[in-house]
Amino acid sequence: MDGGVGYADMDALKATELRLGLPGSHPPEKPLPTTTTARPTKRSLDDDREARRETSEGGRATSTRATKAQVVGWPPIRSYRKNSFQAMKATAEAAGLYVKVSMDGAPYLRKIDLEVYKGYRELREGLEDMFKCFEGCKGSEYAITYEDKDGDLMLVGDVPWEMFTSSCKKLRIIRGAEAIRGLGSSQ
Amino acid sequence: MTYFPEEVVEHIFDFVGSHRDRNTVSTVCKAWYQVERLSRRTVFVGNCYAIGPERVMARFPGIKSLSVKGKPHFADFNLVPYDWGGFALPWIVAAARLCPGLEELRLKRMVVTDDGLELLARSFPNFKSLVLISCEGFSTDGLATIATYCRGLRELDLQENEVEDHGCQWLSFFPDSCTSLVSLNFGCLKGEVNGGALERLVARCPNLRSLKLSPAVSVESLNKILARASHLVDLGTGSFAVDHRTDVYHMLMNSFPKFKSLRNLSGFWDASPCCLRAVYPVCTSLTVLNLSYAPAIQGDDLIKIICLCFKLQKLWVLDSIGDKGLAVVASTCKELQELRVFPCDIYGAGTTSVTEEGLLAVSSGCPKLNSLLYFCYQMTNAALITIAKNCPHFTRFRLCILDPGKPDPVTDQPLDEGFGAIVRSCKNLRRLSLSGRLTDQVFLYIGMYAERLEMLSIAFAGDSDKGMIYVLNGCKNLRKLEIRDCPFGDIALLKNVAKYETMRSLWMSSCDITLGGCKALAAKMPRLNVEIINENEETYEFEENLSDLHKLEKIYVYRTVAGPRNDAPDFVWTL
Repeated sequence: MDGGVGYADMDALKATELRLGLPGSHPPEKPLPTTTTARPTKRSLDDDREARRETSEGGRATSTRATKAQVVGWPPIRSYRKNSFQAMKATAEAAGLYVKVSMDGAPYLRKIDLEVYKGYRELREGLEDMFKCFEGCKGSEYAITYEDKDGDLMLVGDVPWEMFTSSCKKLRIIRGAEAIRGLGSSQ
Repeated sequence: MTYFPEEVVEHIFDFVGSHRDRNTVSTVCKAWYQVERLSRRTVFVGNCYAIGPERVMARFPGIKSLSVKGKPHFADFNLVPYDWGGFALPWIVAAARLCPGLEELRLKRMVVTDDGLELLARSFPNFKSLVLISCEGFSTDGLATIATYCRGLRELDLQENEVEDHGCQWLSFFPDSCTSLVSLNFGCLKGEVNGGALERLVARCPNLRSLKLSPAVSVESLNKILARASHLVDLGTGSFAVDHRTDVYHMLMNSFPKFKSLRNLSGFWDASPCCLRAVYPVCTSLTVLNLSYAPAIQGDDLIKIICLCFKLQKLWVLDSIGDKGLAVVASTCKELQELRVFPCDIYGAGTTSVTEEGLLAVSSGCPKLNSLLYFCYQMTNAALITIAKNCPHFTRFRLCILDPGKPDPVTDQPLDEGFGAIVRSCKNLRRLSLSGRLTDQVFLYIGMYAERLEMLSIAFAGDSDKGMIYVLNGCKNLRKLEIRDCPFGDIALLKNVAKYETMRSLWMSSCDITLGGCKALAAKMPRLNVEIINENEETYEFEENLSDLHKLEKIYVYRTVAGPRNDAPDFVWTL
């Protein structure tokens, strides 16, 4: 089997691509951003004009948010506020007991600060709240597990709360019948 | 009226309060000019380079209160180089010599030094109030001299300044005899604070009504302070996060109920949701609430607190409040006049943030809304048109769509019609900031309808010189115009040069202005300072050799009677 994907294959691929929109409509290719990076020296006017022309043609925002972040002085937020937030983020992440939370089937992970919760019930409520948008878990059973200091996968709730928070390295929400069967047999 | 004795005229002038009215009154005739200038007690200088300090003090020897502003507004967003100027010392020196009766000094965006503060502290025996906003250049040593020498100090208000930390002892420099403080705000200090000195200071100042603490003040300290200061009207907390299992937490929970007069709450540096519960007992009487420095408080917790605040007039929050939270604001805060929604996550994907829906809800639920600062990821023309209809009383409308040049996401159109509706409907609009995709059309609307507009901020907008020309030819009350990244060039700059003498200042950066254009402007208008700010080291050494076609990165044009300034750094070139 050859490695490359030829143009014919690309069309076929595009035909099967899932996209929002009426059949037959194709969203325009977004041109890559050319400028809007922070420039310590004077930037060329041509780059500037091009960026503006791109934004004026059909109003398509050409720059991604990540690139925009590099525009000097944008968004117009006082540096005092920006600096405060950066400082806060630094201390918050230094303090706090942040652990990753994964859920089977969810496209991305979350992070929570265990110090914010008083006990298992609050933790459960907090996690339900956080993942309720991934409805597929409504009604279906799930178990909250964690990985402890030794790397073992443990069921949440067996040990006193303080012991749990000091040994929990990350959380994993397991869904599906098999996990639950395992739960049932242990109780 | 000139036949009345001076004392009578002076007495009549006592009823003429506003600066503008007093300025007008002084131009009627020589006699009135004299009476007015000797009886003037408050002077406001909007641009420290528009006039020399000696001239101000010589004209108004009796002033008790002086306000001066320095750097242009875009300095807040790092667009003005660090050592551009705006020095406070010449003003303090002149006042020390000519107006020793000075009682109040208010400085904004100026460079203040410890030497300046010491001179201030030692020169004015009746000094009562120092307010520094967005200033820099001083340290806690300077604050120590204020504390030491200003007997009878009533107000020390430090807002969002960059203060160098030289230790925490400055608070101890307030002598034991200092009992006069009414307002103390040091929220912007970053260093350690001597908790004991602070607690003793608060305890001996019975008139203290406003106290705003820095993040370094612990909850434990706050508890002790709150126990001694139950007459506070305005409180900015220090740090607001402690473990809920501690005694300190339980004390905090019991600290607020006794505050009968508390109306304003702010601070909440890194506040945690469980600590925030402490303030629930006072929410029903709050008129001002600032939670914009509490990123850990998420939408649901914000809602819990807001639905208690039905007397709220001013609310500052982060966009974690979401449209859902703003709907709660709309249904609860019927007295709301000012709303500011700041972005929580400046560079991120903005999973919880606000859209036009939130603002729509507030506009229809809060009929008294007149001041807005709103950061969002999208806005539609339809929403803006409805908002304009719901809230015709806006005096300040600042909308920042975080994607520069982003159009209406529903129609893909520019937001000209939406902002047009705002300026048409809000007849008292004094301040406007635009964002999103905008063509020259919006400026046509602004020029036509924004008759009371005084300050306009434009970024990434417009198609041609016509845009800027519409604004300069309309907007007869325009005082400050600041523009960045717009395709406005020399033609626009030179179309209506007389206009700039009716305005305080014009800022243009990353536009299409050339050196030749600025030279022409400076030649036509000798009473303007046309400053070119050139940070590109390669070119400023050869400024004589630069061609007139050379594009300028930043210009700052302002009217002045003081001529070109003598404190400009190398990279600032006044034509």
